[in-house]
Amino acid sequence: MAAGFKTVEPLEYYRRFLKENCRPDGRELGEFRTTTVNIGSISTADGSALVKLGNTTVICGVKAEFAAPPTDAPDKGYVVPNVDLPPLCSSKFRSGPPGEEAQVASQFIADVIENSQIIQKEDLCISPGKLAWVLYCDLICLDYDGNILDACTFALLAALKNVQLPEVTINEETALAEVNLKKKNYLNIRTHPVATSFAVFDDTLLIVDPTGEEEHLATGTLTIVMDEEGKLCCLHKPGGSGLTGAKLQDCMSRAVTRHKEVKKLMDEVIKSMKPK
Amino acid sequence: MEVGMHTDSKSRAETGAESGPRGPGCSLRHFACEQNLLSRPDGSASFMQGDTSVLVGVYGPAEVKVSKEIFNKATLEVILRPKIGLPGVAEKSREQLIRNTCEAVVLGALHPRTSITVVLQVISDAGSLLACCLNAACMALVDAGVPMRALFCGVTCALDADGTLVLDPTAKQEKEARAVLTFALDSVERKLLMSTTKGLYSDAELQQCLAAAQTASQHVFRFYRESLQRRYSKS
Repeated sequence: MAAGFKTVEPLEYYRRFLKENCRPDGRELGEFRTTTVNIGSISTADGSALVKLGNTTVICGVKAEFAAPPTDAPDKGYVVPNVDLPPLCSSKFRSGPPGEEAQVASQFIADVIENSQIIQKEDLCISPGKLAWVLYCDLICLDYDGNILDACTFALLAALKNVQLPEVTINEETALAEVNLKKKNYLNIRTHPVATSFAVFDDTLLIVDPTGEEEHLATGTLTIVMDEEGKLCCLHKPGGSGLTGAKLQDCMSRAVTRHKEVKKLMDEVIKSMKPK
Repeated sequence: MEVGMHTDSKSRAETGAESGPRGPGCSLRHFACEQNLLSRPDGSASFMQGDTSVLVGVYGPAEVKVSKEIFNKATLEVILRPKIGLPGVAEKSREQLIRNTCEAVVLGALHPRTSITVVLQVISDAGSLLACCLNAACMALVDAGVPMRALFCGVTCALDADGTLVLDPTAKQEKEARAVLTFALDSVERKLLMSTTKGLYSDAELQQCLAAAQTASQHVFRFYRESLQRRYSKS
């Protein structure tokens, strides 16, 4: 009977739960789903991470290649993110060129990398004006159950922490690059941006970490990306119901707690990995 | 008769108060708005903030493709064309922001199974482009007669290296700023409809920018009201 009610009136069904301050999957309004992370699973990539946020699964692979640095910034490398939402992850995506949601997610990740200065692009330069590293970060969603932005940001951060770049020297005589695969260094990750997403219901209630169904019923979404000093890298609110300053303040405090949880989880995983 | 009135009702409205050099602090650039300047779209508007200019055309409510129709409300589509080059991923991201902002205020339930298309063309970009796009879109939706529950406006704030707030920054100020925040606010309760930010800033600075944007939005809404009054008082 509950299943029938859910099909016919999904919003009413949902409101019944919200009145009791909980959600159909048993979570509180401010509770995240179980987060698991697996670092270094792809051996052919220079760095990789798999993040599961409940059912939402995103895998990030980072490949490093050589490129000529941009002419207007000869001492900088490139970080090129790309988010792919294949038809595999959800029935709402079709195969073909990236849809709007994938493009928006790619732009969001590019903005987070740019704003938070997670990697100093100067660190990626090998020889100014001639050679620099370009890091291609490919994020692929394997299972879409809402809150894709949080999962992508976490996967990207974990994968970048896992990247090891070989040492490169430029041979003076031949002017060719010599790669020493035996000597590898980790990237210098300067900040740890963590995203926290909220969904707005009926213009008033804010819930954390929406699932796919909740996102569909929500009247608005909000994503806050914070780094460890409490500085905001991104406040992404693409339309939807209006929010007052006070409600934003509540979201900030939740984002701060989430940052601590995620940082702790990631540090544990990295510590537990055996050195290659 | 009807056609004559249609072509004559092009109206220009300009702010007198906000012209002149800006002081360091909270003042907006010179605004100008022109409505009903295109003949084919149901509504059109051109909005200028300083040297930034955006032209918008609105078609709707019109027929919608069966694959895109929503059974109980109107389907809103936004197309943003940059001044040069082909639209890319950044334009798609801005289209989503503008579309979701419009969806929050447009009463789509009054026109189910129809489509409302908003087409924006960037004429010139001299800073605060997204805010100008939002303002132009709002004016064009009003010109088209699309029912809305509130008006909305866009305001951009820039924070420079020592934390000073500049509203409605020029392109140069945006480039040199530490953080640039763009907000869309609604006219009824000045609530935050949309926000997108660039750069690093603290929580306190965010609240400060939001408060400044809410005060600035009053000027914008007053400008909307004056320009509409001027337009309808002529005919």
